[in-house]
Amino acid sequence: MIRAHILVCGGTGCTSSGSVSIQQKFAESLEKNGLAEEVKIVQTGCFGLCALGPVVIVHPDGTFYSRVEIDDVDEIVTEHLLKGRVVERLVYSDTGSDEEVDVKNVALSDTAFYKTQNRVVLRNCGVINPESIDEYIAMDGYAALGKVLTEMKPEDVIQCITDSGLRGRGGGGFPTGRKWALTAPNQADQKYVVCNADEGDPGAFMDRSVLEGDPHCLVEAMAIAGYAIGATEGYVYVRAEYPIAVARLQIAIDQAREYGLLGKNIFGSGFDFDLHIRLGAGAFVCGEETALMTSIEGNRGEPRPRPPYPAVKGLFGKPTVENNVETFANVPQIILRGAEWFASMGTEKSKGTKVFALGGKIKNTGLVEIPMGTTLREIIEDIGGGIPNGKKFKAAQTGGPSGGCIPASLMDTEVDYDNLIAIGCMMGSGGLIVMDEDNCMVDMAKFFLEFTVDESCGKCTPCRVGTKRLLEMLDKITSGKGTLEDIDRIEELCNYIKANSLCGLGQTAPNPVLSTLNFFRDEYISHVVDKKCPAGVCKDLLTFTIDKDKCIGCGMCARNCPADAIIKTDYVAPGHKLPSYEILADKCVKCGACIGSCKFKAISKK
Amino acid sequence: MKSLAELQAIKEKMKGKVALREGSNDIRVVVGMATCGIAVGARPVLNKFVEEVDKAGLAGRVVVSQTGCIGVCQYEPIVEVYEAGKEKVTYAKMTADKVEKIVEEHLKGGKVVSEYVLADIK
Ligand SMILES: Cc1cc2nc3c(=O)[nH]c(=O)nc-3n(C[C@H](O)[C@H](O)[C@H](O)COP(=O)(O)O)c2cc1C
Repeated sequence: MIRAHILVCGGTGCTSSGSVSIQQKFAESLEKNGLAEEVKIVQTGCFGLCALGPVVIVHPDGTFYSRVEIDDVDEIVTEHLLKGRVVERLVYSDTGSDEEVDVKNVALSDTAFYKTQNRVVLRNCGVINPESIDEYIAMDGYAALGKVLTEMKPEDVIQCITDSGLRGRGGGGFPTGRKWALTAPNQADQKYVVCNADEGDPGAFMDRSVLEGDPHCLVEAMAIAGYAIGATEGYVYVRAEYPIAVARLQIAIDQAREYGLLGKNIFGSGFDFDLHIRLGAGAFVCGEETALMTSIEGNRGEPRPRPPYPAVKGLFGKPTVENNVETFANVPQIILRGAEWFASMGTEKSKGTKVFALGGKIKNTGLVEIPMGTTLREIIEDIGGGIPNGKKFKAAQTGGPSGGCIPASLMDTEVDYDNLIAIGCMMGSGGLIVMDEDNCMVDMAKFFLEFTVDESCGKCTPCRVGTKRLLEMLDKITSGKGTLEDIDRIEELCNYIKANSLCGLGQTAPNPVLSTLNFFRDEYISHVVDKKCPAGVCKDLLTFTIDKDKCIGCGMCARNCPADAIIKTDYVAPGHKLPSYEILADKCVKCGACIGSCKFKAISKK
Repeated sequence: MKSLAELQAIKEKMKGKVALREGSNDIRVVVGMATCGIAVGARPVLNKFVEEVDKAGLAGRVVVSQTGCIGVCQYEPIVEVYEAGKEKVTYAKMTADKVEKIVEEHLKGGKVVSEYVLADIK
């Protein structure tokens, strides 16, 4: 009989920090200690706290071990599983409160990171074995599909989703119920349900975690959508760079087929539905819905003008519903728990929860799911644990290359679709990158623009040429050659690109520039007028100098300089024995190696 | 899958197997498993509890867990039963044979098996 479960995170983050070998080691150690019959190892999807991986949870106690290393495994087995003594040094117990806590009694749900979260989409991630359809069923899996097929008419399903207020999680926030309602009445010999699992935003991994941690949820939701709109075929478009996600999704599809939850006459209702996976090569534009469908059809992934909208003429020219992974992942729960339950979470026009991938300058990097309307301050300070190294928060970028930044002054903004649009940002798919005082906002805008220039498919001129010219002007500014007129020209070009591009890629590409210009115009001006980068990032505007009176002449900097740009001078500072060094500006490559090597803080960059 | 009943059957069968991870259990049975407990046979007791709880269909309500030394080593193996709103019950000098009775009468029936309780053994 099994008396304890060891849950080992098999998400991408923990896998890359060695969770697979830890899992093997647990198996060996349990065997060695004669516990193999009593304790079961379960590989799960992502728990969310990726910064502390590899993560292991021991049930029934619910003990949360973080940063587990191979050498810790035997100790956990002999101490915890054999003798019932929690290995306290490995327990993650940051509850966010100042009171002393008893490490042994800190459940995962009490930690600051999880306390404010509300897991709907991620409810099974890190809880079940994603490769077991039986475990999914134990958590009410496929009950929503059963309910829909045996008790509800397609119109009822659409009404339920409409009433819930669910909006698309892929970025645009279009009401999901309305999208389905627009597709359902269109007659055709074949209709399709398509799932957008392309997830091209740099830094985003929400969809990936759902696919890796709870793939059956997507299978179930797509079948429900198929029933609602009258489609019998579905496609999941997922990037080939997500090998674990692809493998687990395929396992889920195979298991569902075997159980008759995909295929003909599901639940004896007469409804047929089947799913296929299509791998994308990772082009950002292929996340745009029309380009995505063109790519599934086997053509080069380029967008096409809308209308006609996919609801009328989508995949293979047939009526199609296309939704994001996270959008779908909400559907079974809405069906089971009701539209009102879902609508009770969130703000007036943004219902439910949103998953964010926290990244950048934040302590708890990872995945969090919070009710819509949570303030940015709560996300960053409470859940994210704040900014590391005592630095100051400067801004957060949401919506990736299509979005904008939220400055510190707007930290109390309640995060939902409409509030973000109102401040020139967008929800995007949920990447949230935190920046501190050491980040240059012009450089950040340039980073995202470089991404869009690379990813522009080239079909329309405003995007292909416009973004390139825009990047050149930003380059001019960060290299100290910009003028105030350039800033005006940049703004003009941004607006032109937005207004004239064919698809969302070009229409949103200038957003990071416009939004940083709006909130951090003074940084642009410093680059142009003072020829300085206030954050000390833009190399062309930096000079490295040695404070001759602080330099004791040890020569470490000169030895570490890869460009031989540091030489000894004749000057011996009062109180020092050796002559000090200096940096030759024309040879310096501004790599910063000297600063790192100086123990006396004698070198500065300005 | 031809019917909801079939789905329900799988769910029932699996429920006990994942209940362990949900932590929302009414009753906690904790077995003292320090060196002292193990030496006098705590492990068979622990395993017997897991088995009997499952057999009695209580896996969704009762969690069987372990702890270190409880402090009264001469009475090991010791088993503590925690139930919300009730006082803790401590059973001492446990053996696997005594488990069935505790599961049946105490965990299922709600009646403490007083002859095994620590205070009475003392
Ligand atoms: C350049 C570009 C990239 C996009 N990338 C994605 C993506 O990776 N994933 C996604 O779900 N939606 C992406 N979208 C949005 C889709 O076009 C579409 O609106 C969305 O998938 C619809 O699903 P939803 O209503 O469930 O959000 C992208 C849009 C653009 C313009």
